[in-house]
Amino acid sequence: MAQIEIKNVAKRFGTYQALHDINLTIQDQEFMVLLGASGCGKTTLLRIIAGLETATTGEVSIGGRRVDHLAPKDRGIAMVFQNYAVFPHLTVFENIGFGLRMQKLPNDEVKDRVERTAELMHIEQLLKRYSGELSGGQRQRVAVARALAMEPDVILMDEPLSNLDALLRMEMRAELKGVLATSNTTAIYVTHDQVEAMSMADRISVMHQGEIVQAASPIEVYRNPAAEFVAGFIGNPPMNFLPAAPAGDGKWTVAGQVMDGPRSGKPLKFAIRPEDMRPADEGLTATAKVVEPLGAHLLITCEVQGSMFRAVLDSDMSVNPGDQLTLAPQPDRMRWFDPDTTLAVA
Amino acid sequence: MNARLLPYVLILPVTLFLCLFFLYPFLLVSKQAFSTGAGFTLDNFREVTGYWKFPITMRNTLLLAAAVVPIQLALALLMATMVNRMKKGRDLVLYVWTIPLGISDLAAGIIWLAIFEQSGFLNSMMSGLGLVDKPVNLLTFQNPGIVFLAIMLAEIWRATAIMLVILVAGIGLIPKEYYEAAEVFGASPWKRFLRITLPLLRPSLQTALVLRVILAFEIFAVVAALGGTLFPVLMGETYAYQFDLLNSGAAAALALIILAISIAFTLIILRVLRVPKGATI
Ligand SMILES: Nc1ncnc2c1ncn2[C@@H]1O[C@H](COP(=O)(O)OP(=O)(O)OP(=O)(O)O)[C@@H](O)[C@H]1O
Ligand SMILES: [Mg+2]
Repeated sequence: MAQIEIKNVAKRFGTYQALHDINLTIQDQEFMVLLGASGCGKTTLLRIIAGLETATTGEVSIGGRRVDHLAPKDRGIAMVFQNYAVFPHLTVFENIGFGLRMQKLPNDEVKDRVERTAELMHIEQLLKRYSGELSGGQRQRVAVARALAMEPDVILMDEPLSNLDALLRMEMRAELKGVLATSNTTAIYVTHDQVEAMSMADRISVMHQGEIVQAASPIEVYRNPAAEFVAGFIGNPPMNFLPAAPAGDGKWTVAGQVMDGPRSGKPLKFAIRPEDMRPADEGLTATAKVVEPLGAHLLITCEVQGSMFRAVLDSDMSVNPGDQLTLAPQPDRMRWFDPDTTLAVA
Repeated sequence: MNARLLPYVLILPVTLFLCLFFLYPFLLVSKQAFSTGAGFTLDNFREVTGYWKFPITMRNTLLLAAAVVPIQLALALLMATMVNRMKKGRDLVLYVWTIPLGISDLAAGIIWLAIFEQSGFLNSMMSGLGLVDKPVNLLTFQNPGIVFLAIMLAEIWRATAIMLVILVAGIGLIPKEYYEAAEVFGASPWKRFLRITLPLLRPSLQTALVLRVILAFEIFAVVAALGGTLFPVLMGETYAYQFDLLNSGAAAALALIILAISIAFTLIILRVLRVPKGATI
């Protein structure tokens, strides 16, 4: 059992508040992804869980046990570092076996486990090399193998696939997920790549400026973003926003069009995903500016009443820049945000 | 300018300088060592190695190096690790620790002589505490151990800092993430020192040890001040051949022997502490 509980954790570096009051519970064997832009505090939070950094305030428990005062090695964790930290003076074999050697396991067991994990990460042919003789991607896989070989309760990974090419990354993504699913490990995985987050996570915690804005399943984060930041961060292209004026009794005027929405007195923001727009007889009037054929789809950047607006349409459509389109939002996919709090309004 | 020639052109002045002031005198000394007036001969070498004092001076020099260098290495490593951990006052501590470097070896010898001689600090202290009735002469032929110890202490005091500064610079170059990774994977502070610091410090250890060992074989002034003729060393004998016996051929031969020992130890150190290809930071 390795449930991780983070209670009111905050971190300040001098006068800079890197983390504000983080509260998060990660279930046993859950695959939790921390997703956020560069500098939002992902690594800092991971380092606090690992014990490499002390929180200014707050508590961290692993498996029901307070670990704040424990050294990293006593927390039952293994970690993949953002800049790999593969030891330059040891061979790949000794790097992967480093933690096992520290546990004083017998030689043949070390050999067995190192070879097994190396095979898993497709680096079995590199075991005799030094890190100076590896590519960035290979080094990264050594770092992952070193953590996996420990068979830890909790594995902390800081952008472990960021240096792989697109194809290998896709392959490793699936493989890593498979390996961790069969190993009963609780995983915290840091990334700023939302595709990686969506495809691997049981749950995603979206971080923004030192806060967790939303922690939910990938589909929930995608469909029902809790805040404007999440809506604008997740999805490629992200959600469209248009100002909405109240027209009374749950009715809203969006770009001259009247729509059903929540009951609220003050102006809101209307939001819709680009792929949830359909060409129709009645709807928002848009002027196409840029048309990008993406194979399966057509990405159209257009203008709706002076605001930029994107729509993803079927590639059968023929649209040229300058064309006038009438696009209707799918009613069950419309979302609304309070411009003051930036939070979602149901 | 041809880009391939440029580096050679740039090192030309230094090369010329070294040829003029090092290589040329070296050749002269070698010529002196291998001749006694007419043609090539090994007579000078036979003379110095055949002299009854030679085994003693050789043994003394090696013994002193073997006693002093390991202690200095351990001390320098300890001090460098401590300095590296300090957040405040690091530079100040480093300056204080390196003060002995600014003192010439003869002056260092005299400072320690002032401590150990019959009217020195140590004697005043001992008689003040009532440990001895009257001041005793410690540095005599009856106390070879104390003479050796005094020379050791002076050498350690004087020349540990040269290793320290090299090792401090080397430790500073080791990225902190290696220590963090080692910590996460279960290495205790001692294990981290053994498994991370020492191996990653090999290039600096090489430099520090080579420098220090060569200096140890060249020891002269400290021994002269503290031991006089009680503790003859190779360099002292060279001096005696040159200036007391006016036998510059023998002096040159002995100097070459010291050079050969230095080169041999340098090669051994470089070999033992070599870093495999691809295993650098
Ligand atoms: N030791 C430190 N001292 C001062 N500020 C720090 C320190 N470590 C991190 N920070 C600051 O805290 C903030 C969060 O840093 P962190 O490394 O956690 O970001 P991140 O989300 O991991 O970013 P990236 O995706 O670029 O790795 C940054 O603004 C950074 O400048
Ligand atoms: Mg980071």
